[in-house]
Amino acid sequence: MDTFLQQLVNGLTAGSVYAVVALGYTMVYGIIQLINFAHGEVVMIGAMVAFTVINALAPTGLPPLAVVLVGTACAIPICMLVGYSMERLAYRPLRSAPRLAPLITAIGVSILLQHLAMLVWSRNVLAFPQIIDNTSYTLGGASITNVQLAIIAVCVALMGGLALLVYRTQLGTAMRATAQNPHVAGLMGVDVNRVIAATFVIGAALGAVAGVLYGTYYGVAQYTMGSILGLKAFSAAVLGGIGNIPGAMLGGVLLGLVEALGAGYIGDLSDLCAYDWIADFMGEQCDSGHFILFGSNYQDVFAFLVLILVLVFRPSGLLGERVGDRA
Amino acid sequence: MKTPHRLWLGTALIGLTLLALPFALAYAGTAWVRIANFAILYILLALGLNIVVGFAGLLDLGYIAFYAVGAYTYALLASPHFNLHLPFWVILPIGAALAALFGLLLGAPTLKLRGDYLAIVTLGFGEIVRIFLNNLSRPVNLTNGPQGVAGIDPFRIDGFDFAQYQTLLGLQFSGPIKYYYLLLAVVIAVIVINLRLQNSRIGRAWEAIREDEIAASAMGINTRNVKLLAFAMGASFGGLAGGMFSAMQAFISPESFVLVESIMVVSMVVLGGMGNIWGVILGALLLSFVPEILRWTVEPLQDALFGRQLIAPEVIRMLIFGLALVLVMLFRPAGLLPSAVRKRELTGQAA
Repeated sequence: MDTFLQQLVNGLTAGSVYAVVALGYTMVYGIIQLINFAHGEVVMIGAMVAFTVINALAPTGLPPLAVVLVGTACAIPICMLVGYSMERLAYRPLRSAPRLAPLITAIGVSILLQHLAMLVWSRNVLAFPQIIDNTSYTLGGASITNVQLAIIAVCVALMGGLALLVYRTQLGTAMRATAQNPHVAGLMGVDVNRVIAATFVIGAALGAVAGVLYGTYYGVAQYTMGSILGLKAFSAAVLGGIGNIPGAMLGGVLLGLVEALGAGYIGDLSDLCAYDWIADFMGEQCDSGHFILFGSNYQDVFAFLVLILVLVFRPSGLLGERVGDRA
Repeated sequence: MKTPHRLWLGTALIGLTLLALPFALAYAGTAWVRIANFAILYILLALGLNIVVGFAGLLDLGYIAFYAVGAYTYALLASPHFNLHLPFWVILPIGAALAALFGLLLGAPTLKLRGDYLAIVTLGFGEIVRIFLNNLSRPVNLTNGPQGVAGIDPFRIDGFDFAQYQTLLGLQFSGPIKYYYLLLAVVIAVIVINLRLQNSRIGRAWEAIREDEIAASAMGINTRNVKLLAFAMGASFGGLAGGMFSAMQAFISPESFVLVESIMVVSMVVLGGMGNIWGVILGALLLSFVPEILRWTVEPLQDALFGRQLIAPEVIRMLIFGLALVLVMLFRPAGLLPSAVRKRELTGQAA
């Protein structure tokens, strides 16, 4: 039971970060039906910029919270700029092109950003300096650290803020109108280009914060971190129903939980010696006690399995509505 | 129209050049023959991927997984790892068949997916295969994990060993030169198969699906089988190339089958011109010589300018790949040598 609760806490933390990254994918997809492959790289750039600033400020003795806030404040505008430029330079000229074209461009942008980041920060891992004192609180058998609590709180706040923006403001109304039908939205006086650019910029800002949170949680940032994180977040967006904002939040948290519980239990579940009938068959191979087929090193597989299963059995995701084939 | 007479002359000239090429390259250094061999391997991979991406219009970002399946099949059946040493003509077909099976495994659940979803799922599939290769060393040591498999047998027919130096008919054949001729023969066979496929019933069915799947199925094409066939055939070429890679290198590890490699092959197909066999070959040649070109231009240039290597060549290589994908899509979406149909489709003009 303790393992279960602990993995629940861990999964919730990682999952809320996935949810924030997934929002970036789902907003862009909802509005122009493009999988913005490079979104994971934006998250990476956010983490790298923030870590550089944080590492520079750490020896000054400022309070840790201020250091992290300044780092995040530096990362957000840079990521917004990156998000805006990629929309403007790479995706906008292709908006009326067949679907394959912007997708391939997005892959190109992702490679470009990743390797530009490598030029700036080298291959080395940036570590989070030891400035935060980890305090653990016990919660019914599981422990939760102050960092985990802060991450979950920030993610919830971000999601709430985004929901307010999308459902309560004029820009949000314009975004939803553009998502439904860009042409008609344009006729109603919505500046479609501006709204799409704003979507990219907001997604990138969310990505920047998510990058800082993710980096803080795992204590490291590297130029390659964007691709796998991006893939997981995309899986989360698909799980919730791509294009659907509450869906991305739900999908992110669920994916985090699946991953954490999966990694926590796969070792026990695939221990052949734990099953009597197989153990008899295995004979002396079980004398040492365990014969584990898959260990927790298969953790990264779960996101892809979830992705494939969702796409096969319910392509519209958990909260998505069924849409016709628009290809 | 060229007269047949001139066509034959041209073909003969190209043929003679290709036959003499390794000796000219060997004069510059055996390393160059190896580079040429890898260029041919990339042509094989790009042609295989072209079946899936170019002909059938299914964007596959995990293609390198099939290459890995072929390579590992060869490595496990012809190395000291399991102490198996089967002859290559047995293993290569097994590897190609296994890769085709993996192609079906990937294709079957993803049949109904639209292009962009498919891209992500294939990417995930490629990563899953790599994660398994990396981790299948416990509890039973199947792949030897990140250390990879070493001491893989070269191709051998009776006493004729492809890895050994030999003098035949007064000419000196080094290992790479022998592999060059083998690869050349295979690539020519694959090109012929591709050319024949393109205008066959299946090839036209692929094209129909690419253009409009619903219309194609209304015309009586069994879209399920035809798409699966595209996956399986594309994958089998990848498996074949993987087996040859394994034998040439004598060592493989999961490092050789990372996502970047998949993207490199996609770049070759996209740059050259999706769906056009000659375009794809051009793309593969161009991009596989990029590292060499960089070695001869950017490295000395940086040494001269800054006195040291400021930017590592493989970073520049990746930047060039990324930039190539973006720029080609923006300014020449049908590639350097576009196929006629694809050009119409990607430039958005009415067909």
